Amino acid sequence: MSEAASNPPAAARSELWKSFRRLLREPLGVFGLSLVVLVILAAVFADVLTQWDPTRINPRDRFLGPSGEHLLGTDQLGRDLFARVLHGGRIALYVALVSTAISLAIGIVLGLIAGYGPRWLDNLMILLFDATKSFPTVMLALALVTIVGPSLTAVVVVVIIVNVPGYARIIRTQTIAIKSSEFVTAAQSMGASNARILGVHIMPNVIGPLVILASMDIPVVIAIEAGMSFLGLGVRPPTPSWGSILNDGFSQIRDTAWIAIAGGLPIIITTLGFTFLGETLRDVFDPRLKGR
Amino acid sequence: MSDDPILSVDDVQVSFPVGGLASRSAILGVAGVSFQVRPGETFALVGESGSGKTTLARAINGLQEISAGSITFEGGRIDRLGKREMKPIRKRMSMMFQDPVGSLSPRMTVGDLVTEPYRIHGSDGRDLRAETERLLSLVGLPANFASRYPHQLSGGQARRVGVARAIALDPALVIADEPTAGLDVSVQGEVLNLLNDLRERLGLAMVIITHNLHVVHHVADRTAVMYLGRFVEKGETEAMFSAPCHPYTAALLSANPEPDPDKVHDRITLPAEVPSLLSRPSGCEFHTRCPWAQETCKTVPPPPGDVTCHFPLAPGARPPELESAR
Repeated sequence: MSEAASNPPAAARSELWKSFRRLLREPLGVFGLSLVVLVILAAVFADVLTQWDPTRINPRDRFLGPSGEHLLGTDQLGRDLFARVLHGGRIALYVALVSTAISLAIGIVLGLIAGYGPRWLDNLMILLFDATKSFPTVMLALALVTIVGPSLTAVVVVVIIVNVPGYARIIRTQTIAIKSSEFVTAAQSMGASNARILGVHIMPNVIGPLVILASMDIPVVIAIEAGMSFLGLGVRPPTPSWGSILNDGFSQIRDTAWIAIAGGLPIIITTLGFTFLGETLRDVFDPRLKGR
Repeated sequence: MSDDPILSVDDVQVSFPVGGLASRSAILGVAGVSFQVRPGETFALVGESGSGKTTLARAINGLQEISAGSITFEGGRIDRLGKREMKPIRKRMSMMFQDPVGSLSPRMTVGDLVTEPYRIHGSDGRDLRAETERLLSLVGLPANFASRYPHQLSGGQARRVGVARAIALDPALVIADEPTAGLDVSVQGEVLNLLNDLRERLGLAMVIITHNLHVVHHVADRTAVMYLGRFVEKGETEAMFSAPCHPYTAALLSANPEPDPDKVHDRITLPAEVPSLLSRPSGCEFHTRCPWAQETCKTVPPPPGDVTCHFPLAPGARPPELESAR
């Protein structure tokens, strides 16, 4: 309580800094953050970390086991798996971040409108959310890919369609729960516009649960990307993706398990990292939990 | 105080639909009340929970649609105004809500909260930081509170922030819904003194809604007592407190705890429960609980006026059963 700063803008910045410091005090958060940073750094510095070209085919070096030269061995075409994993991380993170960000933006806006708007609009939107949600992901992916062809964009669009209804529902429920609270009524009584009430008074109080959900959804997104690539609906073959590495390893799992491990391990590490980070972030950013 | 009223409420009704499609009906939360508030005057609405006080306040503030009657503020009708037409009115009339902490956006700092009205209505080139300091000092809070969040405030401090926000745009009328609810007695006193002080300094008119009669006595020039959505008695606070005319007012006043333990205290206890708004009693609606009720009261509605009672009490009147017990 005594830390009250005197000038507001600096206070807001130090507020964020304090949240970060609190995050560093949570072992689970530090662990999650480390994993996430590791994955991001590995993807960003992929070119520095390995000399191998992830797409260069070298038939003479097929199915080499892990060694000093090939850290994770090579696959059935003699491509260096370590390089493929690092470059696959770029694809995975790109899809995860872009599609999650877009899903969040759309989901928050739709959820706020459904929760705060008139009853008929709410009912209509819920119907649409449920209809979209009841569509199996694989069918949706197949249908979309049939129309636009397999591509990274197709993966992103599928993830958005899969994520938005759930996000919007959470925001809608939270919005309904707090739209009759006194601070919202007070804002109405001051003459605040709907946009201001939604953006300034309601949104900051409803996105908390969504932030953890979204950060815990990132692994799911990565799995969708991997799954679609595994099925040949995602990235085109020469481009490395954890899903396609997993697919390569899948057919050879009896003889050369390291290919499947090379594809699976980064998925596990990323999943754990984002999950731990997401859960800690939620605790740290909720001002009501501060000081505990 | 003889100027034109700043707020004029005329025969206002608020109805709420009840029942499903088959048996649709409506109950009257506010069943036709009229009063006026003059500039600089404090008007109190008293009554039990569910008597329609808050509904009436929300109706005046345009948060609740009214089903009949009219509300005039600073010379213009304000009931049935659209959101856009209502916005300039909201600069002139602000409202404070019951829950001191709950009426503050939990993720905004005190500084942002008290300057929120400027962000909504335009700051007219005011320096918001200086304005924050001015408002906080007006309500007696140190300037460094600006960076605190509502959950870091006590009830009394949160109430002061609410007051600062309500007076930010220099309104002509402040509606205060239970300004002392949930505060302990010493803090209640501080808040009331603050309101009284601000009223004098800024020339505010106030409508105070409360069930706390000490509050009424402390701040209100005039008072109206509500029962089942109607006024049963309306008048100067002093006169009403020294000689209540309506039996319900007398009962409320006699239920008010007295600080002096030695004072002879005849409490008028009201039998039965508050009737349901779904089945209002016939005649005088208070007859089911009135110790003085006569046959007429059960069938004939009381005459309209400041005291809606067939048999207004003489000063110092005591209920029949207390009279006979002595």
